[in-house]
Amino acid sequence: MVTTDGPTVAPGVIATPAALAAIADLVQDRGPVMFFQSGGCCDGSLPICFVDGEFVVSDNDVLLGHVGGSPFYIDHRQYEAWKHTQLILDVGEGDPEGFSLPAGENQHFVITSRLHRRRAPDRPGPGDTTDVGRPGTPDRASFGVR
Amino acid sequence: MTLTAESTTPTVPTSSDTFVAPGQPGSVVEVKPRYDNFIGGKWVAPVKGQYMADVSPVNGQPFCEVARSTPEDVELALDAAHAAKDAWGEASLTERAAVLNAVADAIEANLEMLAVAETWENGKPVRETLAADIPLAVDHFRYFAGATRSLEGHSTEIDKDTVAYHFHEPLGVVGQIIPFNFPLLMAAWKIAPALAAGNCTVVKPASPTPWSILKFAEVIQDIVPPGVINIITGPGGEIGKALASSPRIAKIGFTGETTTGRLIMQYAAQNLIPSTVELGGKSPNIFFADVMDADDEFLDKAIEGLVLFAFNKGEVCTCPSRALIHESIYDRFMERCLARIAEIRQGNPLDPTTMIGPQVSTQQIEKIASYVDIGRQEGAQCLIGGDRAHLGGGLEGGYYFEPTVLKGHNDMRVFQEEIFGPVLAVTTFTDEADAVRIANDTLYGLGAGVWTRNGNLAYRMGRAIKAGRVWTNCYHLYPAGAAFGGYKISGVGRENHQMMLEHYSQTKNLLVSYSTKPLGFF
Repeated sequence: MVTTDGPTVAPGVIATPAALAAIADLVQDRGPVMFFQSGGCCDGSLPICFVDGEFVVSDNDVLLGHVGGSPFYIDHRQYEAWKHTQLILDVGEGDPEGFSLPAGENQHFVITSRLHRRRAPDRPGPGDTTDVGRPGTPDRASFGVR
Repeated sequence: MTLTAESTTPTVPTSSDTFVAPGQPGSVVEVKPRYDNFIGGKWVAPVKGQYMADVSPVNGQPFCEVARSTPEDVELALDAAHAAKDAWGEASLTERAAVLNAVADAIEANLEMLAVAETWENGKPVRETLAADIPLAVDHFRYFAGATRSLEGHSTEIDKDTVAYHFHEPLGVVGQIIPFNFPLLMAAWKIAPALAAGNCTVVKPASPTPWSILKFAEVIQDIVPPGVINIITGPGGEIGKALASSPRIAKIGFTGETTTGRLIMQYAAQNLIPSTVELGGKSPNIFFADVMDADDEFLDKAIEGLVLFAFNKGEVCTCPSRALIHESIYDRFMERCLARIAEIRQGNPLDPTTMIGPQVSTQQIEKIASYVDIGRQEGAQCLIGGDRAHLGGGLEGGYYFEPTVLKGHNDMRVFQEEIFGPVLAVTTFTDEADAVRIANDTLYGLGAGVWTRNGNLAYRMGRAIKAGRVWTNCYHLYPAGAAFGGYKISGVGRENHQMMLEHYSQTKNLLVSYSTKPLGFF
């Protein structure tokens, strides 16, 4: 597993309170879940939420971080093109259009992005960042662990 | 638009009569309040009795309900397909081709109805559905009717008395998952070769566009033997998975995005069945300096070639979404292109003069807006557009986005990711090598465009670009008979070509000895 466990970047992905609440509900209903950032065509560029283990992650995928305790992965080639930006997981209206689990009734997961503005402190810390106005710290202990 | 199946002459409708919305008095399209699944030639209610609203992106209003199927419905569809597969697989080529041709004729006889239905559900301009989507669907059925009759097996004389015969045999029952951007045309791309090769199919249309294919089913239900085509609607995460992971299918065909493509291939691997996946792109459209050597018809064509990023509101896997323009002509060429983009008529897609309609859903328009936002954060310069378009006249609830051009460099996210909207990322190049470098600096490899008056340069570029199709002095043509598919992470397999019959067939080898002599080992 490739990780983003470098000293130089803020968390690759953080989540809004709405997304964290949706994840908590999903985990309660269906058990652990996972996210994979999609690319290309139709539902591309949307985060896809699976029951944990439904999607087989390869050694080449990048674990961007954890949101609500759930791992969030991205293809390593896509990561290279995206790594200067931070993804913010959020919730939008409407059922998911592809294979993703919904983020609650008539809701789907979305991401927005922003440029990494400053470096994260080089120390372990809590994984989840609920305040999207502030870069969080990488959950180093969980990097590389599915 | 030079997209008709019959010719390459422009056939853009000029009538200004706006079609009446489906379901309204005087419309060419009847809308029932509720649609069931199409299974075994009949309309079958979903087992759990659940339905979901289908929303038109034109005004954001629901206009009918379709089945919200569950895995039980997938099993019913598979039952019907398996019941039909032996008879269809053994049907003569004459019979199969006759059915495909009859399907083509029926679509053609209902061309206007299906075009308006497609426009209402997807939001694509009716000038496109009338001139491209539906005529091309007709032509694909005719192409594969002919292709299957001309496909020959092979025999090899191994030695004087031993012959290897190779036959094409149907796979049996296949699963096919259709995207939302060309709901009927992509269905035709998949269904026609599957049937031509003697297979039965279970089709799952995309969640945002489940209805127009049911109108297609109404048109062909008395033509195609029951169970040969089955259509089930519902959420991808539930029935898409149930279909793709079913041990009862012999092949899965999918068009969509990369993660789901991987998931589909994972399911196929678990069942040891083949898959064909077409997964999007970020296609470069390259304009060399000599396009401006004269102010003539060719230059006009090249300008339109750039503006084709707005075709089908950019919801095309091969959208020419990266324009690479030689630095020496950039200012002059873009001035002409921006003037043309400013003339794009956005509005009700049922108006035949409308050039760009709404995006298919709120999710898509949110995504497009988020990309323009990240593009601006990265320092891209917005040359035109950049925001949601808020239209009046009953279209207030629709999902319209302005045709947008962002100038920047190839490392920006807007140059690297498929936005799937009317957003063009434009940059310059210095020479041929630079053009090749930028063109290939992408994860994707589905389409590309090259524009030059120099045939040798066009050939070199076409061979150097790592993409499955390089349109040369044209773009967005999709004729049957030209293989279509991706390099790199844009997919595996080719559509639109006779070779698709191989993708939907088994190879049976009969190894026959005409000698009476024993081997002599035992």
